[in-house]
Amino acid sequence: MVKRIKMESRKVVVTGTGVISAIGNNTTDFWKNIVDCKPGIGEYHHPLAEQIRFKNGADVKNFDGTQYLEKGDLDLMDRFAQFAVVAAKEAVHQSSFIVDKENKYRTAVICGTSIGGIHAQEQSYFEVYKENKTRVHPLTIPKSMPNGGASNISMQMGITGPVYTISTACASSNHAIGNAFWLIRSGICDQAIAGGSETPFTYTFLKAWEAIRVVAQDTCRPFSKSRQGMILGEGAGMLMMETLEAAQKRGATILAEVIGFGMTSDASHITKPDQKGAEEAMRMAIRDAGIHPAQIGYINAHGTGTLVNDSMEVAAVKNVFGEHANQLAISSTKSLHGHALGATSSLEAIATIMALKEGLLPPTANFQEKDEACDLDVVPNASRKKEIHYALSNAFAFGGLNAVLAFKKWED
Amino acid sequence: MVFEKIATLLSTKKGLNKELISIDSSFEELGLDSLDSIELIADMEEAFNVTIPNTELQGIKSIRNAVDGLSKALNG
Repeated sequence: MVKRIKMESRKVVVTGTGVISAIGNNTTDFWKNIVDCKPGIGEYHHPLAEQIRFKNGADVKNFDGTQYLEKGDLDLMDRFAQFAVVAAKEAVHQSSFIVDKENKYRTAVICGTSIGGIHAQEQSYFEVYKENKTRVHPLTIPKSMPNGGASNISMQMGITGPVYTISTACASSNHAIGNAFWLIRSGICDQAIAGGSETPFTYTFLKAWEAIRVVAQDTCRPFSKSRQGMILGEGAGMLMMETLEAAQKRGATILAEVIGFGMTSDASHITKPDQKGAEEAMRMAIRDAGIHPAQIGYINAHGTGTLVNDSMEVAAVKNVFGEHANQLAISSTKSLHGHALGATSSLEAIATIMALKEGLLPPTANFQEKDEACDLDVVPNASRKKEIHYALSNAFAFGGLNAVLAFKKWED
Repeated sequence: MVFEKIATLLSTKKGLNKELISIDSSFEELGLDSLDSIELIADMEEAFNVTIPNTELQGIKSIRNAVDGLSKALNG
């Protein structure tokens, strides 16, 4: 007789992180540039950049896939999948988790991405429409498919449990991490690699962002009165997540605890965020965590640097937290690593985990004049020592999709 | 001429009754949201071969704003 899965409520911890980003191709460099408030925003590198109206971005520097992967494996992966695999490997290595026959079906891989293998896809369109070729590369499909990141991680590591991809625009990684959290907490899995990857610097995709008019000409200045919009970024962030019991049994170093996840949808406008949806997602994450709003010391904001998002988000935070909103800190690390779309909330989750672990609030970089509509402590231009015990990380995406994670400082 | 062109664009692309579009109409009155505004500006740029920078967009919330913004772009 097949035993029914018994739903439990287990503690879920993070034992490893991996990063590819505009401010570092590993967690150490990434965090150092956050602490030192050194943005990775500048002129992005693309052969047709002069034909795009915005010149600045947060692209990844000096990434060479051959340093990490065999050629045969690389041939199957578009850039976003390479990022996903490399970040996953760093996270797993840090955790010292080893996949074996006992745990491989109990391990999940859940990745977020908004557009997946767009480089391969765009190359194929170029060849057909511009060069009038009658065939494209035979690996265009496996390289383009959005599940390429998750599938290649599972193949590289021999993971045979639940492996899938979530695509919810800018909230993709939070949805992926939140799903992994619920799978482990409930007893369906014992561990998971979760996060996201995105590599949006292709010509037509840059043109698409130019057309929707939300990208700043200068830089990303979340919460500043003079903010002009977002800065497009790329990268990957991955978490190694597992039960507390498994982590302690292995003697793994615990970085933080994942304690709550909330998700809502605005059902309002396809691009303009709705404050109510954002509020309810934060409330849901706090309820799921079983804590009180007054326990939250820090929020890693969605904080895109657009006029609309930042004022909405501050208003939502004030409604959720009341007077306590004036006591907590809220910063946007998009000001440093850019808006990496489907990957961005994985980078922000890692920034939040490190903030809890190190007792250091990440800054909002590039901050200039205060906007009265964003009058909270946004940690302007310099990181700050502060011990915090509970934090939220927000993601409010196009399509009205909201996903919020709650983390707790790990204390032995 | 600019107003006429804008009214034609809205009529063609958004199905609005041209006779109900006046120089004093706000986008809100015409039932146009932020995305409609961006589309209109893109169509105007293409029709007149001009560039209207993002910094001007925030102030374009009516037909008069659109006419003024386009005139400014045409006059360099």
